[in-house]
Amino acid sequence: MDLKIKNVHLFDPLNKIDEVGTLLIDKGKVIKGSESSARQEIDGKGLYLFPGFVDVHSHFREPGAEDAETIETGSKAAVKGGYTSVCVMPNTGPPIDNEGLVRFIKEKSEEVGLCRVFPIGTVTKGRKGKELSEMAHLYEAGCVAFSDDGDCVMNSSVMRNALEYSKLFNVPIIDHPEDVFLSNKGQMHEGSVSTELGFKGIPDISESTVVARDILLSKFTQGRIHLAHVSTADSVKLIKDWETDKVTSEVTPHHLLLSDDEIKDFDPNKKMKPPLRTRYDVEVMQKAVKDGLIEVVATDHAPHPDYKKELEFAEAAFGVTGLETSFAVLYTELVKKGKLTLGILIKALSSSPCNIFNLPLGEVKEGATADFTIVDLKGVWEVTTDVFASKAKNSPFLGRKLKGIVRYCIVDGRTIFKNGDFIS
Amino acid sequence: MGLDRKDLLGIQDLSIDEIEEILTTAEHMEEILTRPIKKAPTLRGITVANLFFEPSTRTLNSFTLAEKRLSADSINLSAASSSVLKGETLLDTAKNIQAMEVDVMVVRHSMPGSPHFLAKRLKASVINAGDGCHEHPTQALLDIMTIKKNFPSFKDLKIAIIGDIKHSRVSRSLILGLKKMGAKITLCAPPTLLPLWLEPFGVEFEYSLEKTLPGKDILYILRIQKERQEESFLPSLREYIKNYSLTYEKLRKFASKEVLIMHPGPINRGIEIESRIADSEYSLVLNQVTSGVAVRMSILYLLTQRKLYGSKD
Amino acid sequence: MNIQFKDKRILLDKMEMQRTIERLSSEIIKDNPDIEVLCIMGIRKRGDILAKRLANILKKTTSWEIEVGVLDITLYRDDLTIYGPKPIIGSTYFPSSIDGKEVLLVDDVIYTGRTIRSALDEIMDYGRPLRIKLAVLVNRGGRELPILPDYTGISVELGEKEEIQVLLKETDKEDMVKVVEVKNGIR
Repeated sequence: MDLKIKNVHLFDPLNKIDEVGTLLIDKGKVIKGSESSARQEIDGKGLYLFPGFVDVHSHFREPGAEDAETIETGSKAAVKGGYTSVCVMPNTGPPIDNEGLVRFIKEKSEEVGLCRVFPIGTVTKGRKGKELSEMAHLYEAGCVAFSDDGDCVMNSSVMRNALEYSKLFNVPIIDHPEDVFLSNKGQMHEGSVSTELGFKGIPDISESTVVARDILLSKFTQGRIHLAHVSTADSVKLIKDWETDKVTSEVTPHHLLLSDDEIKDFDPNKKMKPPLRTRYDVEVMQKAVKDGLIEVVATDHAPHPDYKKELEFAEAAFGVTGLETSFAVLYTELVKKGKLTLGILIKALSSSPCNIFNLPLGEVKEGATADFTIVDLKGVWEVTTDVFASKAKNSPFLGRKLKGIVRYCIVDGRTIFKNGDFIS
Repeated sequence: MGLDRKDLLGIQDLSIDEIEEILTTAEHMEEILTRPIKKAPTLRGITVANLFFEPSTRTLNSFTLAEKRLSADSINLSAASSSVLKGETLLDTAKNIQAMEVDVMVVRHSMPGSPHFLAKRLKASVINAGDGCHEHPTQALLDIMTIKKNFPSFKDLKIAIIGDIKHSRVSRSLILGLKKMGAKITLCAPPTLLPLWLEPFGVEFEYSLEKTLPGKDILYILRIQKERQEESFLPSLREYIKNYSLTYEKLRKFASKEVLIMHPGPINRGIEIESRIADSEYSLVLNQVTSGVAVRMSILYLLTQRKLYGSKD
Repeated sequence: MNIQFKDKRILLDKMEMQRTIERLSSEIIKDNPDIEVLCIMGIRKRGDILAKRLANILKKTTSWEIEVGVLDITLYRDDLTIYGPKPIIGSTYFPSSIDGKEVLLVDDVIYTGRTIRSALDEIMDYGRPLRIKLAVLVNRGGRELPILPDYTGISVELGEKEEIQVLLKETDKEDMVKVVEVKNGIR
């Protein structure tokens, strides 16, 4: 037997397990059996064991912008935040629109040997929104979904075809819902705060009108669509009204916690797309996760080097990091404050994304994949620029004291992260 | 008493007491401007850099004169001559200037929050000389000073601001400042030039100029930018003039006899305001300009006292 | 930090102050100034009040409407720190052009001489007076600049931690000059 984790609080909401016990792992799988000695033993006293977290929306920037992040530093950031699987977006330079690049990412991540990395292929060639990518080739090379993330597929006819064609593989198209004509040169959410600060705004209709279009296209084509980083109350209302298993969606930790009034200090680390919306939108987002209307919490981890962020607000790049703070900030601000149960949060971070994207899921059950995260929920840490494993420091949560320190990450039965050290 | 702050970034974060102190000090500064030698040695040894990343003549000249009147040394850096064009970041530019032992930076920038961004990262005092469509605090203060000289109290003073409210930093600062002083404000503009979200400002609005004019003590006319037509905010300048240009005829027909006219300049004669009014006894435009130098002297003085003699604690 | 004072001794009471000001005015007259070009400039705060009182007495004795002005030297000071919190600026007022005038500068206390230095600088920015003279109510020694008053009410030497307080009824409800002890404070 490879690994024995004892005295740990096993927490697996999918299998309704919530008790202190022992977990045995051999050859990458959870096994039953006698508690004989194992090659490695972890004493999990006082710690919680969760299914390994899965992020379906990260940017590792490789190839093309290695000064922001690489597959190696991105993987480290992921593991430090408790993620055992990460899906990486194809808005790299060049974009991931061919099998060669898919293989490059897979090989590179195997070399790094930390979390599992799943490439997402582009919907259109060169992410230009005109011609469909060679989806079948991309799928066979290992893509788990298709997306032109960062840009919306504005041409509805192209989107329609993508939704129809992807039915071949039963994987979703991830759309970045944003009408670029409505958001134009906007810098932040259009509303009373943008009016006060004098910024050109990104109205919520720039998102919700495209959400409506995508839902109707999915209904029409019966293709699967996954709505990335949903942020407005109207989007949630549309998702609720058209509830269908073909349409799934995700929300980011920052859209669950922060609102546009945070920008009054002009902090470039509060600038991202979609922008931070109003306090009301934030409340609607929290309720949507609580009610299961939005199934997935995804980070939209968007690392940028300081010279693209340490600028006046309007010049700073859009995007914030998220992998390392995601669980702790949601646990501290939502679970500890009674706004969300731990069970719903863990599902949104593990079983729900695995289900939608058909990814390996850690479960406390015989024969399941041994991907787990062990967390000290009482541990307190402060988010400072020194703590990140990511190359980038552009977190909107800098300065916060958070509860929840990831102690171990186990991927495929192998301990790859132990008390701050990476073991590849 | 005293301005115990490093920077002056906006009217938003000034208390009424601070506004009053700036204005009181400015009134005394105005006295210096009437002397035969219009200069005091107060800021000898203080260096001020005027960083103007957006074209401006009026505000830059007003600041430069204020600096000279108080004997500060000053340098001007405009966007055209700056390394910003060579790809240097704003922060790097400012840090380079600071490294030359500059005490105060007066910053004009086309992006909201740029002076705030610099203020947080620099030891030098930062004065906002206009940031995008956000704030223009020294303009609002000089306007408030001009009004104060003409009216005994701000309470229930009725002021209409007419023109491109949406794209105007002057209107934002002025609204915030006048509200703090207790005035009643009505905004008048075509719907495309009014922000959709006005609740935080606590002001009334009116699309019709004819309905706006009666009963007002002051009409504050904003400059209309010709670009607004190209950006499809206005069908044509001609149509704006028809509905919103303040003409002598409209003034006599609808406005009170004692009404006073203000304008932040530069004036587009014949567009937002008729020439005849701009030069009439109704107009406070040139008084505004004089107050401008005094207000800027006052701010430079109050901010640098902290630097010269330490903060109160 | 609030500075606290403890009264130690009274130098001038109400009557004595009145007599001192009268003596100062007769000394000024004795010097035969050209009263028609005399301009009395009081240094804010309290010097301006003393200037008015002096002028009133001179007006009575000479029957001439003597010009009185106010000098606010805040913008010319070089010693603000010593006086703690930032002072409030007041305006300077000259009754008329000072070119060719006999200026009589009036202050309540002369100590380091720096206030007078500032006042001289400021006057020079306004024009070219014929002559400037200085009258003070109290000369407390401790000069840091070569400046001496032409007319002195009283002279006094102070011990360590001692301060002069001049109270005038226009601003302080009573007329009195006293020595106080500084209990705590920067000095």
